[in-house]
Amino acid sequence: MSNAAVTPDQLGPSGGDRARAFGSAALAQLSTLGPVIALVIASGFFTFESPRFLTGGNLSLIVQQVMVVGTLAVGQTLIILTAGIDLSCGAVMALGSIVMAKMAVIVGLNPFLAIALGLAVCAAFGAINGGLVTMIRLPAFIVTLGTLNVAFALTHIYSKDQTIAKLPAAMTFFGNTFTIGQTDITYGSILMLVLFALTWFVLRQTAAGRHVYALGNNPEAARLTGIKTARLLLLVYTVAGLIYGIAALLIIGRTGVGDPNAGATDNLDSITAVVLGGTSLFGGRGSIVGTLLGALVIGVIRNGLQLIGVASIYQVLITGILVILAVAADQLARRRQG
Amino acid sequence: MLIATCLRVVESSRRANAPAGLGPPPGVRGIAVAFAALLLVAACGGQGASSSSSASQVQVGLITKTDTNPFFVKMKEGATKEAAAKGAKLQTGAGKFDGDNQTQVTAIENMVAGGVKGILITPNDTKAIIPTIDKARKKGVLVIALDTATDPQSAVDALFATDNMKAGELIGKYAKAVEGDKPVKIAMLDGTTGVTVTLQRHNGFLAGFGTNNSDPRIVCTADTSGDQAKGQTGMENCLTKAPDLNLVYTINEPAALGANTALKSANKQSNVLMTSVDGGCTGVQAVKDGKIAATSQQYPLKMAIEGVDAVVDYAKNNKKVSGYVDTGVTLITDKPQPGVDSKDTAFGLANCWG
Repeated sequence: MSNAAVTPDQLGPSGGDRARAFGSAALAQLSTLGPVIALVIASGFFTFESPRFLTGGNLSLIVQQVMVVGTLAVGQTLIILTAGIDLSCGAVMALGSIVMAKMAVIVGLNPFLAIALGLAVCAAFGAINGGLVTMIRLPAFIVTLGTLNVAFALTHIYSKDQTIAKLPAAMTFFGNTFTIGQTDITYGSILMLVLFALTWFVLRQTAAGRHVYALGNNPEAARLTGIKTARLLLLVYTVAGLIYGIAALLIIGRTGVGDPNAGATDNLDSITAVVLGGTSLFGGRGSIVGTLLGALVIGVIRNGLQLIGVASIYQVLITGILVILAVAADQLARRRQG
Repeated sequence: MLIATCLRVVESSRRANAPAGLGPPPGVRGIAVAFAALLLVAACGGQGASSSSSASQVQVGLITKTDTNPFFVKMKEGATKEAAAKGAKLQTGAGKFDGDNQTQVTAIENMVAGGVKGILITPNDTKAIIPTIDKARKKGVLVIALDTATDPQSAVDALFATDNMKAGELIGKYAKAVEGDKPVKIAMLDGTTGVTVTLQRHNGFLAGFGTNNSDPRIVCTADTSGDQAKGQTGMENCLTKAPDLNLVYTINEPAALGANTALKSANKQSNVLMTSVDGGCTGVQAVKDGKIAATSQQYPLKMAIEGVDAVVDYAKNNKKVSGYVDTGVTLITDKPQPGVDSKDTAFGLANCWG
């Protein structure tokens, strides 16, 4: 850190390069280690403030509470890695959950068919986002702002603003729990973790995954190396849509109903998790593991503050400060590299 | 002193790690720093443990619809004071916006994990919250709905609330007494579709006025979410639709004040009889100033105080309250009408909230 204060001019060219390389490595490290540090500090603090924090049941509860935003953040990470952004994810999820609930309860379809329809609707919205971004080359921010409103309106029109209750048991499966030792774990938490593991594998170990990073780093260079960038982008948005469909299934499991008001702030929450996880909003850099940590940081702070009896608004305050720190670290690292 | 020591340790550990290329590889070093930090927090944070609540203290949870509405702010104040007076500890939570069920679900779970004996909640979604309330009650937590009933009402142990039907009826009767048999054109500025309070006040008003939803004299209906800006928009649209409307029902006082702004810019304040529900201090002042003719005052403080008392009673004597507890409603106006019981704004201001 002390090296950062020494300007390249004072050291001469070679010294400057070294200082710059060190500074950027340290900052790049900070953006990957940041979420770990935040998580460790927060967990340590709450462990000593409340005897109820570090128990299996409570830790399982935290994972359960982040499973919806965490799952949305998986899709969001894929899109942000391509230097895009998705404001529509929460609204698309809400629409998917209402389609699932209404098809099963009001129309009386087989619950699995209803779930498939909900997943299809979400994937279709992802494809529409991707199509508009790649074919008409509209900025992702504007496209998804549009589809956010479309999905929000369709949700309220289709549900007639009514919460749909009495869902078939198969549909709320992911809200059920199994017990290990004394600890209740929801199946939904496991599904989210599996999704993270799968995405980690695809991003790290497959060509398609590496192409996503290449595309986000420099789309022109990626195209010149023979990556079909338009097709890849369309695929990323569609897969993200499908993942929002899985989040829809999770939120149904979590609350046990189809709620048209669900997910209203989840778009920003998912972006927050991604950014806290050290993924760069400018694309091409970041990790899915970071996103999981980012989501957990939010969950731990919310849960911990509640346990020690601090008003929930302080969670928002702390999260805001952490976001600024995370983005600042990323920007500084980038500027030094550039 | 302790903090200073902690900071110094952080600083020196940072300096120790500073020289590049000498220590272990960067990733390992980073993790080492992280764990050093954890140990440090453990050492420094351990001091704080003694200040947290004693195990025997009764914990009460209060979850409101939002953090911002003065009605809930007052409720929270009342609950905080009562909890302190009874030696209990209050935990609070709130939805981020009107209708936000998810955040309330999370708050219930965290409070149950935190060991509360009872939870007082104003549900944002009267149906969607029920599975979570069921889980809390199964763990022996007493759940009381404040202000808004769950659907079905039996999903909670007890309901402490205003009789919203009666609140509507009072202003309906008042409007009837003022207008008599003169021709009226009514605008209904409702809250949120599908919410029971909206429906009860709406129907109560019409019943008090001696009519029902099919009355052709109802010239306009708008949803305001109980929000001042939306109340203004709703009234503007209603005035466009029916410029000669002369009787306005509003779900609450913020909506009424928004509607009043719209009437003022259309220069139609004096033609219109404005009625409302709530009894907040701003609202009662508006009655005094003549912006609102009459309002039904409710008592959130009472809901909160009786709610906290019920939880403490359950914790100490294992006695559970049940059923519906009416926390009362009073018609406030400075132009009383014969045959309609009311109190003046002096009484209203003495008992207002917010």
